[in-house]
Amino acid sequence: MSPVHLKTPLSREVLDLRAGDQVTLSGTVYTARDEAHLRMMEDGIPFDPEGAAVYHCGPVISGSRIIAAGPTTSARLNRLTGFLLDAGVRALIGKGGMSSQVADQLSGRGVYLALTGGCAVLAASRMTLRGVYYEDLGMAEAIWIVELDRLPLVVGIDSHGGDLFGAVAREANLQFDRRYTI
Amino acid sequence: MEIIIEFISSLLMMLPPAGKEFFVAVSDATCSAIRDAEIRLPPDVVAAIREAARNETGDIARKELGHILENIALAGRLGVPICQDTGVPVVYLTIPPAVPVTTDLLEAVAEGVRKATREIPLRPNAVLPLERVNSGDNTGPGMPAVHIRPGKRMEVTVLPKGAGAENMSRLAMFLPTEQDRIPRFVAETMLIAGGRPCPPVVLGVGIGGTFDGVAALAKEALLEPIDTMAPFEQELCDAVNALGIGPMGLGGKTTALAVKVKTASCHTASLPVAVNVQCWAARRATREVIW
Repeated sequence: MSPVHLKTPLSREVLDLRAGDQVTLSGTVYTARDEAHLRMMEDGIPFDPEGAAVYHCGPVISGSRIIAAGPTTSARLNRLTGFLLDAGVRALIGKGGMSSQVADQLSGRGVYLALTGGCAVLAASRMTLRGVYYEDLGMAEAIWIVELDRLPLVVGIDSHGGDLFGAVAREANLQFDRRYTI
Repeated sequence: MEIIIEFISSLLMMLPPAGKEFFVAVSDATCSAIRDAEIRLPPDVVAAIREAARNETGDIARKELGHILENIALAGRLGVPICQDTGVPVVYLTIPPAVPVTTDLLEAVAEGVRKATREIPLRPNAVLPLERVNSGDNTGPGMPAVHIRPGKRMEVTVLPKGAGAENMSRLAMFLPTEQDRIPRFVAETMLIAGGRPCPPVVLGVGIGGTFDGVAALAKEALLEPIDTMAPFEQELCDAVNALGIGPMGLGGKTTALAVKVKTASCHTASLPVAVNVQCWAARRATREVIW
């Protein structure tokens, strides 16, 4: 199956995606981890959130170059994400999936896109650095403004309640119980 | 002739190392080992990922492993770290009889970490635990974590440890009669972890020793090559792979590339078990220190 090409700012087109679909994403995204989320909740979102994509990532930056920029574990941001979706953010990018609460918050609004964890050089090869907010938070925690060129992603959670990570976890639980519960 | 040279060099090795030269040799070897570990995965790990890619049948699982292999090749070609989480430095020093273990020696290792952070470069990850203040150079109180063991030659082995997988690690103090709970505990560790530690993982399992020692054993198990597994290790690996979590938690046959076990004697009333989770980027490298 050939991937669907998406470009930011994202529109209602993301609502057509289903968990398991393969997509590529181009355009501007904003990196944000724990500290950046907390700062944004306090001070407001420093970029236009309408149709934006937030990337769970703390990159290695050297001068104006992105050296390595793979995804971080999204689950750490489970309880810090609602305000972004309320403000119009349409895509979250990360690894490992997010909670059922976030899946509910995405319902009818946006998607969670999974990027292969650890593939920091592959990711960086599709990125150009455009700017930064909150640089005082340090390299890993600042919000880096990044231009993407066809980053390959999988729809992990769609806007209809479909959750690939959730489905895999349910099956894993079933297998575990079958083997170890008497 | 060769015997004479060997004899003389072994005599020289018995002399206590001289100050500055030795310091530089240790810090350079540390920096060089970190560079190697960050940029190139050990061949046994790459082979295991290739094998996993051949075994997977699902479209998404194959694609995830394809991305990983592409990323490994790209990092090697460009000479940059495989993953942006360049980890915290875990260092194993093998010390020959002539080398005294001093604060200078530990400082030389720390200097190697600082140099590696500047030159490779690495992401500065080391922070004070409560204040969350970042030192900026991957060192600080108790960091790098240095483990010392005796040996014939002086060697530095580094194992840069990322947080995604480290955070999923677990420890249990079982009763001596609960041996049969070990496979369940190992599988349960990955059940809880799901896709978060970047599977396919390598699991280091420590069994025995003491509360603190069993965690160290689990980490040391990650230094072992993963191209072979003992029957018990294979049994644990199969139990984990039966969960179907797959590459990145998106489903598939390979959740663990390998499970490695290390044991130590323990109290007759105890059975400590620790599982140290390692992401697919199972980074490790060794350098001999020559001065």
